[in-house]
Amino acid sequence: MAIRDRMSGNEAVAMAMKQVNPDVMGAFPITPSTEIPQYFSEYIANGLVDTEFIAVESEHSAMSTCMGASAAGARAVTATSSAGLALMWELLYVAASSRLPITMAVVNRALTGPININNDHSDSMGARDSGWLQMYAETNQEVYDNFIQGILISEACRLPIMICQDGFITSHGVSNIDLIEDEKVKEFVGEYRPENYLLKHENPLAVGPYGVSPYYMEIKRQQAQAMKDAMPVIRDVAEKFEDMTGRSYGFFEEYMMDDAEVALVIIGSSAGTGKEAVDRLRAEGKKVGLIKLRVFRPFPRIPLAEAMCKVKAVAIMDKAESFSNSGGPLFNEARNSLYDLENKPYAVNYIYGLGGRDITVEDFYDIYQDLFVIYDNDDPGDVYRYIGVRDSRFK
Amino acid sequence: MARRNEAVEIRWHGRGGQGAKTACLLLADVAFNSGKHVQGFPEYGPERMGAPITAYNRITDEPCKVHSNIYHPDYVVVVDETLLGTVDVAKGIKEGGAVIINSKKEPEELRSLLPGYEGKICVIDAERISMETLGKNYPNTPMLAAAVKVSRVIDQELFIKDMEESFRHKFSHKPDVVEGNMRALKKSMEEVKVS
Repeated sequence: MAIRDRMSGNEAVAMAMKQVNPDVMGAFPITPSTEIPQYFSEYIANGLVDTEFIAVESEHSAMSTCMGASAAGARAVTATSSAGLALMWELLYVAASSRLPITMAVVNRALTGPININNDHSDSMGARDSGWLQMYAETNQEVYDNFIQGILISEACRLPIMICQDGFITSHGVSNIDLIEDEKVKEFVGEYRPENYLLKHENPLAVGPYGVSPYYMEIKRQQAQAMKDAMPVIRDVAEKFEDMTGRSYGFFEEYMMDDAEVALVIIGSSAGTGKEAVDRLRAEGKKVGLIKLRVFRPFPRIPLAEAMCKVKAVAIMDKAESFSNSGGPLFNEARNSLYDLENKPYAVNYIYGLGGRDITVEDFYDIYQDLFVIYDNDDPGDVYRYIGVRDSRFK
Repeated sequence: MARRNEAVEIRWHGRGGQGAKTACLLLADVAFNSGKHVQGFPEYGPERMGAPITAYNRITDEPCKVHSNIYHPDYVVVVDETLLGTVDVAKGIKEGGAVIINSKKEPEELRSLLPGYEGKICVIDAERISMETLGKNYPNTPMLAAAVKVSRVIDQELFIKDMEESFRHKFSHKPDVVEGNMRALKKSMEEVKVS
């Protein structure tokens, strides 16, 4: 029986960490992820977990700590946001190329310039090419479930994973949640038994040596292969999780897509607001749908393209700006995935929600309206758009 | 009786440090305990002690999907009267809704500070109640009780019972604080004035 409770997204992640009881946590506080190590240190202080908590002086050291622990054979976790993630940048690549399965809770917050503490996806989207797996959540429930699954996925793929949720919106928002019993989570994640690790004296090895040109490219190709091979692993872990909880997870969720004529593709908490718009538009007889992407790395190119092809026009929503002059990161990858298909939909991009700019049900109404115009006129117009910006020159 | 099959949306206005966020999360707690689906979330910025803050509740029978702020609340709770005239607290209140203000004044005396608002105004002297029952100015508990009374979002008897349990748990080593809070709660529910 699930345990009915209510808590914030940060509490939910700390709870998942408690149930997993990792060997090591190296962490440095940063808004809005601070509460995760804060709650977790309480668990440690109260003797509820036997994790070694290593308080460090920066996120660079937090990630270094996790890497050292993971290389030694320990199950290591951390949490961060925004500038904290940016300070880990160098190590993100080292962790991924050293194939260290670290699970990191990322509480998404805008990157500085100007300084801002609120939510967007610029931090983790900026790290999209670092070789980490990435999963995003709409709700407290999802980030909790993703964290527990993330431990297994990461270890099976020998790749580090970011378990992302929207800063403040879910991290500090209290809502209902169904928790899993401690012993079930414990059984689900099992003991971490890496094949090779530094403390295995019968098999001495080096971690993180210089990669000379005759080897470097092979290492990169292996990382790329590991990312490819993560697809079936993510599916298998989701199946095992569904057996335990009844909650089903895929690479993405399709909401009212079966007979939809137009749809959104979106990541994170705003998907919920979008679904409310879908419900209301459906009640008016409008055939609209929504695809919520859960797994961004690896990018589920083929299944996502197939899902988008059910409709005539899609709006691909980015909560991060790339300054590429050709749209945001999700838009570029999602639209690219359509290229080889015969009957592809029109695909336009909306940048939204930067630095905590709210997006409402009414905003989604406007977007669906735009999509019907594209559908009716058979013309996508300008594909690179903004929603919710106040400056009238950019409307 | 609590209403069924309807979303109730509440917006809290206070100043950093007064506990508007805590009251908002407490309301989410008691509504959760009565079997509802809840959301309780603050709107964060670079807040300091004394700066205006906003927090929100959505209370529903079915899971609530929306993750935006609340622009058309059923009820607005104003923990600090000095916000009137500075923040447009009555903005967007739904027809049939109400604004609940912590003040020593009569509801109609406050109407001039809410230009354009024609709806219901409720007043509770949370400071006096708190001073009388707790000996300190903690407007939280009386404001929460007034919000529950006016919004009828939870069954009142259930609310009183639930709060007593929660206070007993929270202040297990200070039984007099439990009693003071319970008196504050009941007094507030009796005294809230509606215009």
